[in-house]
Amino acid sequence: MALPKYTEPHYRVWHYTYLFICGSVFFFLIAPLFVIFPLSFNAEEFLVFSEGMKRLDPDAFSLRWYEDMIYGTKNPWGAAAKNSFIIAIFATLGSIVLGTVAALGLSSRHMPYKGLIMATLISPMIVPLIISGVAIFFFMAKVGLAATHLGIILAHIILGTPFVVITVTATLSGFDHSVTRAAASLGSNPVNTFMKITLPLILPGVISGGLFAFVTSFDEVVVVLFLAGLENTTIPIQMWTGLREQLSPTILAVATCLIVLSVLILVTAELIRRRSERLRGINR
Amino acid sequence: MSSETQKILTTDGIPLEVSLKKAEKKNKIKAFLLVCPLLLFIIITYIFPIGEMFSRSIDDRMITNMLPKTFKAMETWDGKELPPEEVFASFLADFRVLAENKEHGKLGQRLNKEKNGFNTILKKLWRKMKKFEEGNAKEQIMEIHKRFRDVKYWQAIKRTAPPYTMAKYLKGMDMYYDEDGNVVQVEEDRRIHRILWLRTLEVAFFVTLFCFLMGYPIAHLLATLPMKYSNLLMICVLLPFWTSLLVRTASWMILLQQQGIVNDFFVFIGLVADDNRPEMMYNKTGTYVAMTQILLPFMVLPLYSVMKTISPSLMRAGKSLGGTPFVTFWKIYFPLTIPGIGAGCLLVFILAIGYYITPALVGGASGTLISNQIAYHMKATLDWSFASAMGLMLLTGVLVVYWIYNKLVGIDNIKLG
Repeated sequence: MALPKYTEPHYRVWHYTYLFICGSVFFFLIAPLFVIFPLSFNAEEFLVFSEGMKRLDPDAFSLRWYEDMIYGTKNPWGAAAKNSFIIAIFATLGSIVLGTVAALGLSSRHMPYKGLIMATLISPMIVPLIISGVAIFFFMAKVGLAATHLGIILAHIILGTPFVVITVTATLSGFDHSVTRAAASLGSNPVNTFMKITLPLILPGVISGGLFAFVTSFDEVVVVLFLAGLENTTIPIQMWTGLREQLSPTILAVATCLIVLSVLILVTAELIRRRSERLRGINR
Repeated sequence: MSSETQKILTTDGIPLEVSLKKAEKKNKIKAFLLVCPLLLFIIITYIFPIGEMFSRSIDDRMITNMLPKTFKAMETWDGKELPPEEVFASFLADFRVLAENKEHGKLGQRLNKEKNGFNTILKKLWRKMKKFEEGNAKEQIMEIHKRFRDVKYWQAIKRTAPPYTMAKYLKGMDMYYDEDGNVVQVEEDRRIHRILWLRTLEVAFFVTLFCFLMGYPIAHLLATLPMKYSNLLMICVLLPFWTSLLVRTASWMILLQQQGIVNDFFVFIGLVADDNRPEMMYNKTGTYVAMTQILLPFMVLPLYSVMKTISPSLMRAGKSLGGTPFVTFWKIYFPLTIPGIGAGCLLVFILAIGYYITPALVGGASGTLISNQIAYHMKATLDWSFASAMGLMLLTGVLVVYWIYNKLVGIDNIKLG
């Protein structure tokens, strides 16, 4: 964004002010995440930078909080991580299957009452989480699924499907239906057509919807707070209790791991986006 | 529709119109069957339970089931003077059943809410009724306490007869039914819910405003920079977006604590004295700062996707026609970004209005919002019907916002990144 030479001085000043404002906002967005990194390697128990850390003294840094995270008995992070992954993976699979199938129906031009049904399907995304939490808790308590893995997985499928429905219908809106017709005219049955033709083409949408569903489930606290018993604490629940009672450096170690995980997810999502953009570019 | 000869027939001899309709219907059913599993799932596990929240919030059947005979007898009573013998007799009969099941205490508590002093006289009735003689219930009950001779107490019982009540909704707005059945406000110093509603609106409004003020410039920068720079800067928006909410809240708790880095910085530049560090967490400041940072990506992404589609030649055309940079921006660029502004503001406002986790952690007492109150009643006081009532009031508010948005901008203009 270099300015041309003939730019008037007051506009020049404004331009640099604008860049400064943007820089500050970017800093505001990203900087808080980087505070966690160094503090999670703190050798002391306090959540401030010690004198030694400021001098970059190697003795002031340690991995003890990571050890505590893995071997510590006070906070069972391992069990929480296991629960979190089990729940998130099954919830993602459920959301993908239900959401993709529904999106196929929704993007058919024969679909009756499209607007109303779409609104119903994405309502869990629109309604504030706290209300969803109350409603889902009432349902799970009634059918006896409160404080079970299955109950939480079902709850997360409810919260995750809207993302899959939205991304897959968006992908299908640019979908050329003549290819499925061509497959049908060559004698393929609908299931085969879907698996061999449609699915590979809409896969980017399915995966990015699935990523949204995964993150939603993996990061979900509000509904789990209502549903979870002692047997199904997840990482967010464990962090929630930790943050409420006492902010310990072990939490920061966990947080660092979660940031690394989100970097991985971000990279995956970005690669998928670029791939699908490239594919669309070829089509045009 | 006179000529039959014009009808085109298919090879099977069926009119084409009929055949086509049949095929369309088949397609319709096929499409609907695909949607069916998810639709049923969402309706059963989600939409019905929200409906159940409603029935729970107005449910007042507990007392209706406790005093079935009394309410039956009261149907013919006009409620102006003391009820007839029949009512007294049925009340005594109902009360005896309750006493046998040891539920008379519950009745006392419930009626005490309706009119003070019920608990005492019911306890007295329970003690004395063993010595009651057969028949003449009215006189014997009235003997026990002078309140039984007061028609207001019988009117209070009659008021509880309907199986539903709006009391929980009134409570959510700091109002209640007084002893005469009128809707009145609670005393000024006890209007906690109204404060919470206003605070929730205020926080949601200002967080949306801050997000807009901060998000608009960076979305513009991202949309106008060359791809290789903007992709890099986009990470600054996307990384927080994908990072766990709790992680981000935790980092704000570290930053904003009294010995935290922000305060260190303020001391360093001499803004505050070292021994007089301001409290930035556990109050509204903390809620504002943390919520703005957490919700900012939801503002930037829709703005960015709209700005990306605006051709730079429009601005150039405006400038070549003699517009100053400000005029071209205000007259050309800004109006084109309105769908993005609408989508971003709607998203942020609705997320903010139902926010729970961040206010609960960094909000302290003066920063908690209405969702915290709902959670409190769900988990601590176990007043689920009240939690349901407040949840539905919040939901109504959200739907009103959607409706307004749909009128102003149109819901189809929402883009998800």
